[in-house]
Amino acid sequence: MEKFVRLNGLSAPLDRANVDTDAVIPKQFLKSIKRTGFGPNLFDSWRYLDTGEPGMDNSNRPLNEDFILNKTRFQGAQVLLARENFGCGSSREHAPWALQDYGFKVVIAASFGDIFYSNSLKNGLLPIRLPKDAMDVLFEETFANEGYRLDIDLENQTVTTPSGQPFRFDIEPFSKHCLMNGLDEIGLTLQHADDIRAFETKHRAAQPWLFL
Amino acid sequence: MALTLYDKLFDSHVVHRQDDGTVLLYIDRHLVHEVTSPQAFEGLKLAGRNPWNVNSIMSTADHNTPTRDWAGGIKDPVSKLQVDTLDANIREYGARAYFPFLSKQQGIVHVIGPEQGFTLPGTTLVCGDSHTSTHGALAALAFGIGTSEVEHVLATQTLVQKKAKSMLVRVEGALGAGVTAKDIVLALIGKIGTAGGTGHAIEFAGSAIRGLSIEGRMTLCNMAIEAGARAGMVAVDDRTIEYVKGRPFAPKADQWEAAVACWRTLVSDEGAAFDTVVEIDGPSIEPQVTWGTSPQMVVPVGGRVPDPADATDPVRREGMERALKYMGLKPNTRIQDIAIDKVFIGSCTNSRIEDLRAAAAVAKGRKVAPNVKLAMVVPGSGLVKEQAEQEGLHEVFTAAGFEWREPGCSMCLGMNDDRLEPGERCASTSNRNFEGRQGAGGRTHLVSPAMAAAAAVAGHFVDVRTLGA
Ligand code: SF4
Repeated sequence: MEKFVRLNGLSAPLDRANVDTDAVIPKQFLKSIKRTGFGPNLFDSWRYLDTGEPGMDNSNRPLNEDFILNKTRFQGAQVLLARENFGCGSSREHAPWALQDYGFKVVIAASFGDIFYSNSLKNGLLPIRLPKDAMDVLFEETFANEGYRLDIDLENQTVTTPSGQPFRFDIEPFSKHCLMNGLDEIGLTLQHADDIRAFETKHRAAQPWLFL
Repeated sequence: MALTLYDKLFDSHVVHRQDDGTVLLYIDRHLVHEVTSPQAFEGLKLAGRNPWNVNSIMSTADHNTPTRDWAGGIKDPVSKLQVDTLDANIREYGARAYFPFLSKQQGIVHVIGPEQGFTLPGTTLVCGDSHTSTHGALAALAFGIGTSEVEHVLATQTLVQKKAKSMLVRVEGALGAGVTAKDIVLALIGKIGTAGGTGHAIEFAGSAIRGLSIEGRMTLCNMAIEAGARAGMVAVDDRTIEYVKGRPFAPKADQWEAAVACWRTLVSDEGAAFDTVVEIDGPSIEPQVTWGTSPQMVVPVGGRVPDPADATDPVRREGMERALKYMGLKPNTRIQDIAIDKVFIGSCTNSRIEDLRAAAAVAKGRKVAPNVKLAMVVPGSGLVKEQAEQEGLHEVFTAAGFEWREPGCSMCLGMNDDRLEPGERCASTSNRNFEGRQGAGGRTHLVSPAMAAAAAVAGHFVDVRTLGA
């Protein structure tokens, strides 16, 4: 997993609540057996005017000029602002893969779908929850100022605006540790292999029918 | 201390507690399908690891499989590659049970787990699919995971988890005729919203829930995820035990009594405390129909499409306006005046035998309305299909003008050929009415199987209770 420590990145506002993972990456792209290459199809049905299919040459497709991420001023954005319940719906990990492949490194929202939140952490995409009034400030300032960049400091758990206003966020210490060091969670878990085996022996004795 | 069912399921699977409050949770059962597993197997292989316990795995292909002309195979090469990749992975690593495309027991992963007795009370069960919550109907702790977690479970038989908050949804009183588990859960989501259960594990309880069959409880738990909760569950009672008995992977005679004794403890203790309690009055629930692009956008069938002008919160108002535009609906339209183009009866929410019986009871002796271009019934598994055919349900459906298909996820998400065309309006028994879910530009209204069949014969939504089925 790629490390995340600190980022100063252009912010882009997706001002809708309940953005579901079907919208983040529509199902036709889930047929891929790879982890990469989903970026051009991020928000496909909002981003393009035609219907996307796997294998299309996306560079020739008609863009929906009204979609916020298609605006010139948001090209190269690395921080996505969203509203309540971002990433609700399906468990597809293709959603964080697509956001990352597109170039996002951080998503800041008032709240997240649970599975999306943990999927993001496992891929080095940092999901940050901030209270609604903080989100209102970030949205307003992002819309108002071209080239608006946010400073994200994972170590100190802050999002700082260009004017220096800091917002603190919470994150599980374990997830933070893994993100900051780019650690493979499976390797960490396997350090407890003996514990797992011991548990299994006990569990098998108590409920042998589970191990037929 | 009085414990909730969730406490019991969670605490009994803790392998190790870490300092920050997360735990390593042991996983008993792992369901694997073709869409969310290829990258996990690839990761396993790249790291040179092996599955911890292949006997914990049951696998099938369901999302990409066609629902007709099975002899012709999977025509879309991209879908075929995904299904072939699953075949190759299971062949290489093994599984306790594998029901590949074309096998008689193949079906939607959440239908076949319980059907085979692979889902057992008291287990922790995961799958790379959000609707894994379904299995909680059997008092299992069941939840959906992402692909990285699929790999983590394959390699370690555990997950790093933090205990969720607990929510009790208590539904008391008898349901009215024609009101089903689907209507309960849609009414719940209408009440608490699609984020209402976020961070919680929901236990459904109360006399209305005890009155539901196990299949009805599966419908309920299936949609716990649409209320934002990762898991839904119902305590063990006689029906749970009856349901499991005699299924292929259920404990056999010599272990059955011990298993039952263990399962009987899987209820919330008297006086156990929940973080959140939601009360719903069973008798007041009416058949529900969604009107928008989120399951919380739902009203009783006698109601009208709401008016965004009445919403005070601007984010909410905008969401409603966008939904109405997408759905091609005007505020204040009577739900029963909304005409439909297609009907889909299927999905892991509502494709089990009781669902098909309920739909057939309405379809019997009636005809699909002329304005309905396609009404399809997709059984949840090969065994459900076989059972339905033994009962003659397929003849009821075909005589009424429904198409009778092969099992799979089908138009629940349209990864195979079954899709809505742009602008088409569908009465669907599935679980998500998100934009484009059933096909780009398609318009989905979620309803129960009986309500879907009623809409099929009427050509528009109609209160199934007035049909006299
Ligand atoms: S039927 Fe629908 S919701 Fe259920 S597993 Fe298949 S695609 Fe997912």
